Amino acid sequence: MTKLKVATCSLAGCFGCHMSLLDIDEKLFDLVQAVEFDRSPITDIKHCGPCDIGIVEGGVCNAENVHVLKEFRRNCRILVAIGACAITGGIPAMRNNVDLWDCFQEVYHYGIGLENGQIPNDPELPLPFDKVHPINEVVRIDYFLPGCPPPADAIWKFLTDLAAGREPKLDYDMLHYD
Amino acid sequence: MPDYDVCDLPGIVARWGNDPANLVQILRNVQESCGTIPSDTLDRLARLLDVPRVRIEATASFYSFFHAESHGAYEILFSDNVIDRMAGKAELKQYLCERLWLEPRKLSEDGLVFVDDTADIGLADQAPAMLINGFAVPSLDKSRIDLVAELIRARKPLAEWPPMLFEIPDNIRKAGPLAGEPFTPGSALKAALARGAEATLAEVDASNLRGRGGAGFKTATKWASCRKAEGEAHYVVCNADEGEPGTFKDRVLLNSYADLVFEGMAVCARVIGARQGFLYLRGEYRNLLEKLEGVLARRRAAGLLGKNILGEPGFDFDIEIHLGAGAYICGEESALIESLEGKPGKPRNRPPYPDTCGYRNQPTVVNNVETFACAARIAERGGAGFAALGTPQSAGSKLISVSGDCRRPGIYEVPFGVSVRQILIDCGAEDAHAVQVSGPSGTCISFREFDRRIAFEDLPTAGAFMVFSRSRDMFEVARNFTHFFAHESCGFCTPCRVGTSLLRNTMDKLAAGKGSAYDMNEMKHIMHILRGMAHCGLGHTAANPVVQTMEKFPDAYEKRLKRLDFEPAFDLDGALATARLITGRDDEWAHLADD
Repeated sequence: MTKLKVATCSLAGCFGCHMSLLDIDEKLFDLVQAVEFDRSPITDIKHCGPCDIGIVEGGVCNAENVHVLKEFRRNCRILVAIGACAITGGIPAMRNNVDLWDCFQEVYHYGIGLENGQIPNDPELPLPFDKVHPINEVVRIDYFLPGCPPPADAIWKFLTDLAAGREPKLDYDMLHYD
Repeated sequence: MPDYDVCDLPGIVARWGNDPANLVQILRNVQESCGTIPSDTLDRLARLLDVPRVRIEATASFYSFFHAESHGAYEILFSDNVIDRMAGKAELKQYLCERLWLEPRKLSEDGLVFVDDTADIGLADQAPAMLINGFAVPSLDKSRIDLVAELIRARKPLAEWPPMLFEIPDNIRKAGPLAGEPFTPGSALKAALARGAEATLAEVDASNLRGRGGAGFKTATKWASCRKAEGEAHYVVCNADEGEPGTFKDRVLLNSYADLVFEGMAVCARVIGARQGFLYLRGEYRNLLEKLEGVLARRRAAGLLGKNILGEPGFDFDIEIHLGAGAYICGEESALIESLEGKPGKPRNRPPYPDTCGYRNQPTVVNNVETFACAARIAERGGAGFAALGTPQSAGSKLISVSGDCRRPGIYEVPFGVSVRQILIDCGAEDAHAVQVSGPSGTCISFREFDRRIAFEDLPTAGAFMVFSRSRDMFEVARNFTHFFAHESCGFCTPCRVGTSLLRNTMDKLAAGKGSAYDMNEMKHIMHILRGMAHCGLGHTAANPVVQTMEKFPDAYEKRLKRLDFEPAFDLDGALATARLITGRDDEWAHLADD
């Protein structure tokens, strides 16, 4: 059996969704039987090649996020938005109500303990957008897996459905949080 | 003009019986006398009414006519229905702003004028129109704008402006049994009293009268259920929150047929045993308030309201007018009741329906203005004649508010069952290409469907009838409506709050020439969520204009699609511009190229 190729990344997220993926615990052994990881924080591979499934955590907050996201879209047959930030912008999008100038000033000029603060202009630093966006506003997304984070069981069910060639289907209790 | 002192808060509160249930009215009076509702006023109101400040703030922040910041001595709000736009609203607004040296949505430097948009103000037959300090000015053109600009620059108080600016003709083009025949105040009540409550209800039942607000619930069934319901008190509420863009028949009824409406309410009161009635008048119809208060005073003097009406011992009934404050959702009956109780106008869970649990949780009949007018006619003349007109399922006549691309916009009273084509002939709309029946939440029909009929069994309507000629872009019509719904969503339920905004954003994206087939599918998807998940009718119908125009005028959409697959929702490189400015960067990595 050929293994499914899977790539994952975290953009403007907290890695909580990746932690939830690892939370499938002993099922990880089953998982690595079925899939091979390409670019991912787990493998530390820097760029992804052709993959079956791409899993993206976090929203889009800067130019680098766009490059990563487009690389995923180009290479992954199925692209999945995982978690609240990827789907709606989530917590990082709370800065959307604050002017970007004010953000920079607060961080680099007026922050406690700062002296002669300067706004950095190194080209290596990703340049931020004026707002944080959900990833479906930048590339086409095939599936949305909601939750903050989605429970490990939901991720497991979702991936095994996809691996088996089934349309992923989650029961209500895997999508219901109150 | 108001008869209370500027910012006499205790006076205003006392005038409304120190009752927090009248909070919307209290805030209206504060807004009207002070021009704003400042933050410290909220504190003082909370103390005076002995309720938490958050309750005051929840209500004050809900209604779009209330604001904490000053809008100057002259607040000008342009009606922003698509009909106003077609009549040149944008150009006139810009012209006024240039004449007064100001920007829209920004108080002028001298603190004198504020110019903005508002939802349709019920003058589609006299578009473009605007509100000045809440008072409507119809039929705008350059010369009228010139006059307004001069009056403002001369700082003339509104009371001294030429009355002709505020004159609003009824434009009744075709009258029938409701609007075309004389009515003697008291005649319907006399007949109802002679007949008795049960027999009057039987006449309403025999008439087959169905609610004129659009939903078409049988009036007699509602009244009978309310009459039967037990409670400490029963109430009659007349829904005059005519907010559906393109509708203006209630304005005409209240302007020239108020006796018919109030009498219908009194007949209802007799049937259900109510002592108190309310007319919930939309804030945009502020100019009718004094006139309506005058009609009520005259009716009290004539013994048609108040105690022992027409000498009938124990028949006590009076009507109080409550004004809305710019919230479309308050046309939904349970939201209207919330507003009457001084709260934000958010729809309640239904059931229970108002007929058993309405105002102050007591049995309440809420009917449309036109329904009460019909009820008065039925009480006066009996139900059989009424039922004879129209179709078996839709009895009587209907007031249609015609606007848009036609030579004779105005009110047409037609028997139910009339075809769209007939109304188009009557109003002089030979070039009609599409008609939006019953406003944005209603049905958009194309020229292929002009033989469809105005009736509950085919095209139900609250009365709006907006005509669009071949030259109009139906995509822009639908886009205007998505902006309307996104603005008017009360925010209570997520599907509607988010769904209406997503629809608006996607339509704007298409308008900017950045659309893709993906966006079209997304909008259909949002429609399913709105229909299935929204809390009330606003959400259920909010996607109708998009879905219907997509289906009936696909060309209007297809020509806007940039590519078939996908197109980002925003300008990627443009969204980096602010950060480039802040950091002073212009390197390769500080830009994002198009694919």
